Amino acid sequence: MNREYNSDEMMTIAASRALSNSDVCFVGIGAPSAACNIARMTHAPDITLIYESGTIGTAPNILPLSIGDGELCETAITTVAVPEMFRYWLQGGRITIGFLGAAQLDKFGNINTTVIGDYGNPKTRLPGGGGAPEIASSANQIYIIMKQSLRGMVEKIDFFTSFGHGQGNENRKDINISTLGPSLLITDLAMWKPDPVTKEFTVFSIHEGVSKDMIQDSCGWNVKYSKDLKITKSPTEIELKTLRELKERTKKANSAQDNRS
Amino acid sequence: MAEFISLKEGVSKTLKKGDTVCFEGFTHLIPHASAHEVVRQKIDDLTIIRMTPDVIYDQLIGMGLVKKMIFSYAGNPGVGLLRRFRDSVEKGWPNKIEIEEHSHSAMAHAYEAGAAGLPCAIFRGYMGAELKKVNSNIKKIECPFTGEELTAVPSLKPDVAFIHAQKADKKGNVLIEGILGVQKEAVLASKKSLVTVEEIVDTLDCHPNATVLPDWTISFISHVPGGAHPSYARGYYKRDNACYIEWDKIASNRETFREWMEENVLKVDAEVFKSRVEKLREDRYE
Repeated sequence: MNREYNSDEMMTIAASRALSNSDVCFVGIGAPSAACNIARMTHAPDITLIYESGTIGTAPNILPLSIGDGELCETAITTVAVPEMFRYWLQGGRITIGFLGAAQLDKFGNINTTVIGDYGNPKTRLPGGGGAPEIASSANQIYIIMKQSLRGMVEKIDFFTSFGHGQGNENRKDINISTLGPSLLITDLAMWKPDPVTKEFTVFSIHEGVSKDMIQDSCGWNVKYSKDLKITKSPTEIELKTLRELKERTKKANSAQDNRS
Repeated sequence: MAEFISLKEGVSKTLKKGDTVCFEGFTHLIPHASAHEVVRQKIDDLTIIRMTPDVIYDQLIGMGLVKKMIFSYAGNPGVGLLRRFRDSVEKGWPNKIEIEEHSHSAMAHAYEAGAAGLPCAIFRGYMGAELKKVNSNIKKIECPFTGEELTAVPSLKPDVAFIHAQKADKKGNVLIEGILGVQKEAVLASKKSLVTVEEIVDTLDCHPNATVLPDWTISFISHVPGGAHPSYARGYYKRDNACYIEWDKIASNRETFREWMEENVLKVDAEVFKSRVEKLREDRYE
């Protein structure tokens, strides 16, 4: 197999390694979903994946296009109604990790998926928060996955769709949020975790072959590094094979529909 | 008692200009046929409610039938943004709709409170989130026992709920299976409801804990096979993902949008849905 890999594959695989068998993960669609399922298909077969459509303990064989694809329900342990999902399972404190993507992110892990520009008179109207505002405060901790870009990783977000560490330090505690909040950021170039005091995202591991310049050039805030900086190990053969086969199965399943006459 | 009726007559009997209406379905079982019938009957000035307003709300907005939308995620799931919704909010075409925006949790709680006959829903939500600054319907409330600060939103009580389901029996009891969304809550919270179904059977023959809406909770039932397309009906047909991807292109331009609506909605009737799902029937893939 070709061991050459791209930065997207590195990002997904690095994220998958952060998950374990004992996690109960509330999964967002797209990159979070790919990472969670790679974890399940490699080192964490007993991980519990929950999608907000109500599917609990789901084990899809292909990646869903939407949050409520049939595959999620067919492979779940149980499927509950959406009010129950948010009330008992998320608000009830059953989720160990909320796994989110972001359109705009700041250095304290605050996320905007609502609007670019002014809310009342937007430049670009984005879809909005969906489940994220309460995932951000009710899940025990939050992992964020996104590709780096100057547009996406900004000094100041246009709208606080979901609260990370606010203005940093003890801001979560100040507003009575008891959960940990963003504890890990995985990008296509590096792994970040919040500084224990300031809560500013700090690079603790640079993906193999990536330079500090590359990280800074695609990040809108001044990047800080932890003292014991590590190198993220490149994907193993089994990780790459699992990811590529999953993507191939997904593509094939979708084109079976596209090609209908 | 639920009355069996054609979709055309059912829509004209339930929905009036200026009503507050929801067409619920969480990716699965989205009542496309009902929304298209509303477009054909040009019932306007509507306040539309839905957690995940996707293609059908893009269509209702683009056709100028909407005054206000209450929602929590306005995207084309797995594809991107809603072009007609954006054109309305960003450029005021064909009219600038008013928006009341919530989170999923708030909307789900608000439907549940509506079904429970309560004036508001109380939950732990919007902590540090900015929506509460732009939506005056998000309020603080203190727990009288612990003093914890919680959030309240008004319950949702639509005039009319439209949903799509797998089966009705001949009496009009309705079975919903698979991803359930908020459809049961939406019907129980609404004054009137119309359910389109894939099939009418002698008996539902289901598990004792299955999700069934008794016939006396529903106003009208219409038999519309394929009525969720391009959404799906578990056990009947798959989601037409290609249609969702195509919609992004169709809706990106006012002209192509109008032409598509003319050809595929205004010039046809509810019968076409059956043929649209022929190639997506589940047995084709088993």
